[in-house]
Amino acid sequence: MYQRYDAVIVGAGGAGLMAALNLSAQARVAVVSKLYPVRSHTGAAQGGIGAALGNLEEDHWEWHMFDTVKGGDYLADQDAVEILCREAIETVYELEHWGLPFSRTPEGKIAQRPFGGHTRDYGKAPVRRSCYAADRTGHMILQTLYQQCIKNEVHFYDEFHLLDLLIENGRTAGVVAMSLATGELYTFHAKAVLFATGGCGRIYRVSSNALALTGDGMAVALRRGIPLEDMEFFQFHPTGIYKLGILLSEAARGEGGILRNKDGERFMERYAPSLLDLAPRDMVSRAIYRELEEGRGIGGKDYVHLDLRQLGREVLDTKLPDITDFVRTYMGIEPATELIPIQPTAHYAMGGIPTDVEGRVVVDEKNTPLPGFYAAGECACVSVHGANRLGTNSLVDILVFGRRGARHAAKFVRENDWAPLPAKADERAQQLVAERMGAQGDEHQGTIRDLLRDEMMAKASVFRDASRLALMREKLRETRARYSEIKLEDRGARYNTELLELIELGGMIDIAETLVEGALARQESRGAHSREDFPKRNDAQWLKHSLAYKTPEGIQLRYKPVTITKFEPKERKY
Amino acid sequence: MKVTLKIKRFNPEKDEKPWWAEYTVEAEPTDRLLDALNAIKWYQDGTLSFRRSCMHGVCGSDAMLINGSNALACKVLLKNLGENIKVEPMRGFRVARDLMVDLEPFFDKYKQVKPYFITHSVTPEKERQQSPAERERFDDTTKCILCGACTTSCPSFWANPEYIGPAAIVNAHRFVFDSRDEGREERLEILNHRDGVWRCRTIFNCVEACPRGINVTRAIGEVKKALMFRKL
Repeated sequence: MYQRYDAVIVGAGGAGLMAALNLSAQARVAVVSKLYPVRSHTGAAQGGIGAALGNLEEDHWEWHMFDTVKGGDYLADQDAVEILCREAIETVYELEHWGLPFSRTPEGKIAQRPFGGHTRDYGKAPVRRSCYAADRTGHMILQTLYQQCIKNEVHFYDEFHLLDLLIENGRTAGVVAMSLATGELYTFHAKAVLFATGGCGRIYRVSSNALALTGDGMAVALRRGIPLEDMEFFQFHPTGIYKLGILLSEAARGEGGILRNKDGERFMERYAPSLLDLAPRDMVSRAIYRELEEGRGIGGKDYVHLDLRQLGREVLDTKLPDITDFVRTYMGIEPATELIPIQPTAHYAMGGIPTDVEGRVVVDEKNTPLPGFYAAGECACVSVHGANRLGTNSLVDILVFGRRGARHAAKFVRENDWAPLPAKADERAQQLVAERMGAQGDEHQGTIRDLLRDEMMAKASVFRDASRLALMREKLRETRARYSEIKLEDRGARYNTELLELIELGGMIDIAETLVEGALARQESRGAHSREDFPKRNDAQWLKHSLAYKTPEGIQLRYKPVTITKFEPKERKY
Repeated sequence: MKVTLKIKRFNPEKDEKPWWAEYTVEAEPTDRLLDALNAIKWYQDGTLSFRRSCMHGVCGSDAMLINGSNALACKVLLKNLGENIKVEPMRGFRVARDLMVDLEPFFDKYKQVKPYFITHSVTPEKERQQSPAERERFDDTTKCILCGACTTSCPSFWANPEYIGPAAIVNAHRFVFDSRDEGREERLEILNHRDGVWRCRTIFNCVEACPRGINVTRAIGEVKKALMFRKL
């Protein structure tokens, strides 16, 4: 099937829908998504979206900017962070104008609450900056954006799986995707393509991420010669439900929740004396791992407690209703009277497809754009999160840069014609499908997926060192070899979800490889990348972004400088 | 524990009619039904087809008929289902394959109610004001995740596929009772016909089916009442 559009957006979460809204009035746009848009993982975001509205106390975008830069351990590009924090404010008002049902202050303004790493006056004390709708902020954002897309008659291709990105003579020419319903390949010929395909958190065993978060866009770009930036930085959220990894929002601590070890001690007092339980996520996750290592886990197991008892039933039911429900449903625990077992859970890729502040994908150390290719949201790396993202900033990121990417793409499609389609445009996608359909080995898909996720959890998660990472490199070789021995049972064309899962798994192995190689090379500890053999940050050598390229000889790493404008790197203490 | 799952299968590509497959899975009592379905798909039978994504009841992908009631497979635990579990696709929509149904008619009905914010007044520079009480008025129906569990549990919908169905009405309610919205009249008019809100016979299946705990029947009642008062 051949379809022609001015622009094609891949992914229908917050970034994709925001881009669609900003493009659809000016150009013919299609949104291609492997899920129905309302199933996207933006809908699982809980605690809020950060913006210095100052509804409850003094706040400024400059403070937000400082917190984001410091929270990211000075690896973020500060020109991009400035845009993020300035535009956050108008973005939140725009959402409200589209009808988003924010929780309200008694005066009727958008309610705000404290969140990890967000402070007033450059680090003095926590500030109420997170704009929220109970603990369903992401759900409300996703719904509101989708509603607006319906109003604006955006054209959707729901349940279409991305297989390939088309590049011809150094220009973007479109994408190839498969219809889940029929198995047909569709070639979308487009002047501009925007990837908003989300994260890859399913490469880890314990993960807050939806099963769909397999990094498809990242993997497709990587295979087409585009690098992935800063992939060694992967965030573990401190409070996932024990074993299940289901997220319990930082808002729980923002509202007064406390972490306790087996002795009932509020151990964050020892790790972050001023921000305590509201320290940034990388620090809290490391603190939990340390407590476990030193034998202060609960009952000798690998979890600690989140204590929400002091919040009382009313706060739990009105401000944190969903996570209260999760704890009751999945743990059979009453959070108003009982302690909740939690452990860090794989949550967010700071890295991704490199872009500039206009959302344009840039492919080298000199930030050379690939004309017509854009990316936004978790699949992209602007970089606004640096080495560690602050809570609430992902929702800002998807909206601010989804919109900026769309605006630039609108201009691009006005000024440019379609690049010619490559001859046999869908050949590579066809080959991929044929290869996977022919998978006739004797391994179960589940065995290989579990192998990848278990090993990544054990060897490349919160704490890392050279020997474990080197072992992980070996494990990835084994995983890759055994991947080709998987048996595909479903030979049908229609709704072949087994085939799509197999393709996803192949992409995850590629992505894990960029993460492990980046982590092995980076001999320092910064943000979420914590090397026990190199425990200090090393700005002289490592204040730079990594770019991982896939080559026939394996992953090749290059580096590019960090943009520093307002805030010189300092030691990061809370 | 060992659980036996009897799953209704149908692949229109090759099956003439639906059939029952049986699988046995070793699982923890606290596992979700979805964990058992994944265990089957990943280790026993890759052809078993169902939708799923978030695994904790917020994305709405995996609504299905479980032991005779609609629920999300990721929000019911095995210990509450017994050792013999029967799983079928939701009723009332065409089965696309196994546990997946064709959702296009479902989303078409949703779109009919103009499920988006409508205002004609001037947009303020900052936020529109809304008191906590006004916000609370429509809180229940903002929770909808469009999973389809309510609509496909509704006998009125089974009998009359033209009925717009509880999910669409819930989403109309979310705007009708939002103090900021100005599209109330046009939305109420859309629901004011035989296959609109009046097809509801107050059977309450939708309330039981809703995985988000929305009091769907009450919301429908409130929309009916809004229409009646408007008439007076």
